[in-house]
Amino acid sequence: MTDAPLLQVRDLVHEFPTDAGIVHAVSGVSFDVHAGETLGIVGETGSGKSTLARAVMQAPRPKAGAVLFRGTDLATLRGMRLLRARRHLQMVFQDPFGSLDPKWRVRDLVEEPLIAYRTGDRGARRQRVDEVLDLVGLDPAGHGGRRPRELSGGQAQRVAIARAVALSPALIICDEAVSSLDVLIQAQVLNLFERLRAELGLSYLFIAHDLALVKQVSDRVAVMYLGKLCEVGPGEEVYRQPLHPYTRALLDSVPGVGARTRKTIPGEPPSPVHPPSGCRFRTRCPRAAQRCADEEPAMRQLAAGHSVACHFPFGVDPQ
Amino acid sequence: MTEALLEVEDLKVTFPGRGHREVRAVDGVSYCVYPGQTLAIVGESGSGKTVSCRAVMGLLPPGAVVTGSARFGGAQLIGLTDEQLRRHRGADVAMVFQDPARSLNPTMRVGAQIAEAVRVHHDVSRVAARKQATDLLRLVRIPLPERRSAEYPHQLSGGMRQRVMIAIALACRPRLLIADEATTALDVTTQAQIMELLLELQAELGMALVLISHDLGLAGAYADEVIVMYAGRIVEQAPAARLFGQVRMPYTQALFEAIPRLERPAHAPLPVIGGRPPDAAAMLDGCSFAPRCRLAAGDCLAAAPPLAEHEPGHRWACWHPVDGGVR
Repeated sequence: MTDAPLLQVRDLVHEFPTDAGIVHAVSGVSFDVHAGETLGIVGETGSGKSTLARAVMQAPRPKAGAVLFRGTDLATLRGMRLLRARRHLQMVFQDPFGSLDPKWRVRDLVEEPLIAYRTGDRGARRQRVDEVLDLVGLDPAGHGGRRPRELSGGQAQRVAIARAVALSPALIICDEAVSSLDVLIQAQVLNLFERLRAELGLSYLFIAHDLALVKQVSDRVAVMYLGKLCEVGPGEEVYRQPLHPYTRALLDSVPGVGARTRKTIPGEPPSPVHPPSGCRFRTRCPRAAQRCADEEPAMRQLAAGHSVACHFPFGVDPQ
Repeated sequence: MTEALLEVEDLKVTFPGRGHREVRAVDGVSYCVYPGQTLAIVGESGSGKTVSCRAVMGLLPPGAVVTGSARFGGAQLIGLTDEQLRRHRGADVAMVFQDPARSLNPTMRVGAQIAEAVRVHHDVSRVAARKQATDLLRLVRIPLPERRSAEYPHQLSGGMRQRVMIAIALACRPRLLIADEATTALDVTTQAQIMELLLELQAELGMALVLISHDLGLAGAYADEVIVMYAGRIVEQAPAARLFGQVRMPYTQALFEAIPRLERPAHAPLPVIGGRPPDAAAMLDGCSFAPRCRLAAGDCLAAAPPLAEHEPGHRWACWHPVDGGVR
């Protein structure tokens, strides 16, 4: 049992109707997060990464697929049983002000999840609030009485993190959790995530559009494009030897020191309402061939822990 | 040296604050933009980078007090009426903003919006303006420009909308284009496309380009010259290649080090500095970065270091500069 992954996501599918048609936001995504591990998921706008995060939380419930958290499939649970199972699975969003009620004081905001889960008596809860505020680098006496608008963006995100940590979760899902912060504040919050990981033995599913940011905090990195994962591997490997043409295009697009001319990939992601047949990246891929349109590439492992869903990956001779 | 296209001198901007206090958003900024140059102005939220450029364009809300000088091709812009400034906007200086969705009219076809921008400045027929609009869409590499010009903004992707904004900005062939966080809201692959487009257009049209950005990495990759702002002042300025190799101002160094980079090993703690930028309503006597600076000494708190050219082409404002490169 100790070897079983903390979170196992299998063939997760989520679709929702719009005026333009059905959006195929997440189309058969599978991955594991092990205890103490950070899995990063990098993807651009429309890749379905935020929908994926919510589908894992069962809010809303995905259309199909299994989400095994500590061995229990959340998709089969309802009501109180789902609530109880989700207690150890928390989420931090991009906009801290949007997720904090502006009328509440910091102390009450952090106590709320404890009350919702009927944790301890009032005294014990207050003590826990002080503990976690201190843990995220806020002063319980100084910041505790403030309301969200009296906080900076970085402080508000610390409050959101304190709320997530209050119930001693095993896994925190971060959806663009530092993307709206200035770089110096962002670095402070990233370091906070790392410290909590070490001190509390937390695992993270860290979702962002910024590849360098994801690599900074992740043990393994998964690359998502138009509702599917195209590559999963150890962060360092994905960066040093990308296997998927899309991963390489992403790496080439990151501005580097003095790197003025670089390759850009043409075009834009197709609509998730009408995703291309076969490989979804083929319409922009320099390596695309007929086979890519006819046959969807399956995820296969090419090196230790490093998998790719591509018929003609880099580092392997095309058949 | 060639003559500056835009020469900003001792620019100050204050806003009325709570009570009788005034908020000094820009506090004595001087710089030049040369023809054909790409200058990046980098800083965090509230550093004054956007306000200083908007002041030059006369785009600040009423109540803002602007003093100092900004000469474009020798003509003074500060103190002009809105009417007088309109002659410079578009034709001399044009601006592209972060959020194209909010800058475009959602109820108007994009071709008509570009044509409108053309007709504001040039006395041409409707038909001629439409044709120019299509040409401008082609200029910003929008595929099938005739068809796209009949579409509404919501039918376009974020990257396409930003191309439309650039087309509108280029309608009068400005000599200077200011891009204010123009790629911040875009994906990294789209950002790379737009940055390449801006540089290509700059070369084609012989424009100068000012990039306002919070992203030091982007600035270093695409600009010739980089200005770093902190709390309303310029704290360092150097050619991009030099700045990355020889950082002098501890604040610039802190910014560099805080950026997650692909070359860094995972989980390595990012070097961070504590604190926050000072409240713009409570200006300090000394260096505004001193309270957060690990090298700060008594002299830093007593008097603000002036921005001076300490080495050829490299200006900084610091009593105790570092000798650092990017690790």
